[in-house]
Amino acid sequence: MMLVLFHLLILAGLIITAASVVYFRDLLAAAISLAAFSLLLALEFYLLQAPDVAIAEAGIGAGLTTAIYIIAIRGTKRKEDPDE
Amino acid sequence: MRMTKVVRTVADLLYPFCMIFGLYVVAHGHLTPGGGFQGGAVIATATALLIAAHRYDDVSARVKSARMKVFESVGLLGFLILGFSAIILGQPAFRNWMLSRGSLFNDSVAFGVNPGALTTGGLMPLMNLAVGLEVLGALTIITLYMLSGTKEDPS
Repeated sequence: MMLVLFHLLILAGLIITAASVVYFRDLLAAAISLAAFSLLLALEFYLLQAPDVAIAEAGIGAGLTTAIYIIAIRGTKRKEDPDE
Repeated sequence: MRMTKVVRTVADLLYPFCMIFGLYVVAHGHLTPGGGFQGGAVIATATALLIAAHRYDDVSARVKSARMKVFESVGLLGFLILGFSAIILGQPAFRNWMLSRGSLFNDSVAFGVNPGALTTGGLMPLMNLAVGLEVLGALTIITLYMLSGTKEDPS
């Protein structure tokens, strides 16, 4: 019962973070939200008895892609211009 | 856009801990979940933290592109040499020939539930190390080239 509750919480968090990636206008906030999505996905993998995949997801998904996105954002302006 | 001093200091502080955890995952690849790829990815994340926090001029002295290329080549060559060394000894490719010799990583595994010993596994710890080096070099080169190709404001 407790495990089902955890699953439901994590899946709800996955949907919320995935929606907020699209919702945020700030690029940095969207990138961090994607990192939170990857971290929750890693937690879900761990709960599904796949710690191997969880480490890979936490390392690649939450760490490296976020770093690459942040490096790319550093080459741009911070916010989207609404007039264009 | 230059990162603030807080970001740079925290990245410098967290860097050794990330690196130690990655090395732990690589070294315990044959005992615990994870292995060469996952550990190498964690170490590459540590270097990516440095690369994302600093400017290219500051970080290129600490994370050298040439050294990462050497890591990648040595890891790939080491994996191939270890994998095909069994053929030279007259055995099928990728056979764990070290298990039957009295050499490194040759202890027998204790019976029953036990935490496992680092000195078991034969060729597998060495192969994990090779894959870890390869993944570390490749992923760090990706982020380093990403940074070197990004135009930044001088502010």
